[in-house]
Amino acid sequence: MRRRIRGASIPIVLVALWEAGSRAGALPNDTFSRPSDIVVAGARAFADGTILVATWQTIEAALAGFAFAAAAGVLCGALLGLAPRLERIVGPTVDALRPIPSIALMPLALLMFGFGLTMEASVVAFACLWPVLLVTIAAVRGIEPRLLDLARTLEMPFGSSLRKIILPAALSRIVVGLRVAVGVSLVVAITVEIVVNPRGLGYGMIIASQSLRPDLMYAQLLWLGLLGWGLNEALSRAARRWPGAQA
Amino acid sequence: MMRHLASSVGAVLFALGLLVLWQVLAERQFISPVFFPTPGRTLAELYRQIAEGTIWPPLGATALRMFYGWVLASLLGVVIGAAIGSSRTARDFLEPLLEFMRPLPASAILPAAILFLGLSNRMAVSVIAFGAIWPVLLASVHGFSSVEPQLLEVCRALRVTRGQFIAKVAFPSALPDILAGARVSLAISLILAVVTEMQASQPGVGHNILLAQRSFRSPELYAGVVTLGVMGLVANHAILKVEERLLRWRAPDGP
Repeated sequence: MRRRIRGASIPIVLVALWEAGSRAGALPNDTFSRPSDIVVAGARAFADGTILVATWQTIEAALAGFAFAAAAGVLCGALLGLAPRLERIVGPTVDALRPIPSIALMPLALLMFGFGLTMEASVVAFACLWPVLLVTIAAVRGIEPRLLDLARTLEMPFGSSLRKIILPAALSRIVVGLRVAVGVSLVVAITVEIVVNPRGLGYGMIIASQSLRPDLMYAQLLWLGLLGWGLNEALSRAARRWPGAQA
Repeated sequence: MMRHLASSVGAVLFALGLLVLWQVLAERQFISPVFFPTPGRTLAELYRQIAEGTIWPPLGATALRMFYGWVLASLLGVVIGAAIGSSRTARDFLEPLLEFMRPLPASAILPAAILFLGLSNRMAVSVIAFGAIWPVLLASVHGFSSVEPQLLEVCRALRVTRGQFIAKVAFPSALPDILAGARVSLAISLILAVVTEMQASQPGVGHNILLAQRSFRSPELYAGVVTLGVMGLVANHAILKVEERLLRWRAPDGP
């Protein structure tokens, strides 16, 4: 209980000072809009649905990119993890591509796909691919070798050994990589929207800020914080439920 | 030994094969040279920039911005992390606030930062620091709170003051964690340096890439992307070397 009070004290004091300061005119209204105005702007944006549409646009792009990266990463990771010789050949190329900041590819994606969902999702997919790929390679390599021997003895085709043996055995560790990638996907989607792509929450914030509606911008920022926090909580809860997914 | 050699030759051949495939496809116009200029043209552009020296000013600006942001993030991260990691009271007060701020994408505070600080270098550095602080902060919280209990007891027995304890015992013992966190922070700093340049028109490699895209000069765009990749690689190697140096006192894998 005491911890709760202490934890809440700093934010409450800050918000109270902020409100009092701007009412007294000590804080300029064009940068620090009042907390009460922010709440009102947020409520309005929810009431007319704009913020929900923007949220969906962001989540849509993040999900599409993540899904592509997850499928490609797990598939290629399983292949490379099972064939160490192939991995030695492809690995250095992967290592050379990995340090490229995904954001640097944004102009390229814009050139190829134009504004919109595809372009945003492709940048997200590039960013999410690496954590999934690397974790999957490591996870598949860590599979008990006798299980793989069994698949070989039973002469299973690759597809069914992937489905019945490899993925179930490596899943608990792959989930860790997927969890990292989910977080990355939201961050990258927002970033792409803020810098170039005219859709979603990120763009909404930029527009609010440029049209001198700081109250709306802060409301969106707050909402985004809540979303990120909720996603984080949900993922760590899911990870705790998942047997053996703690890493 | 032979097998090792064979696989590294294979790796080089694979990378070269991809480049040659790309070159051929682009020359035959199977893929549009507007989007994918041949690797030859990209390299020629890179060579031209190096020869004329035009590559250095934007590279320097980006590197400096990244470095300042990273240093600021590391300093703040270590100080706040030390406070949270070694004091229960500080943890109770600060943790919920930080837990809420941590999942915020750093780029999301760009609009707010622009309102406060304008389109300036100061704004860019603060946004970089905000985004890059988390790995260092979490690592140093972990490092400071997992000091060997025996060391703690020795210090208590010797009546070491809190300041001395932090400087002489806790900080060195947290250093490996902090450096690992700082390495992740450095990668984030580079990304955010590029983001701030693109959004706030600060001079640098990121800004040049965006300009190249707007005027459809794709070889320049690719040259910029390659430059950024090399910067990331060099920064990572540099900090690994520093890590090796600073942690020489640690016994390499052993009791």
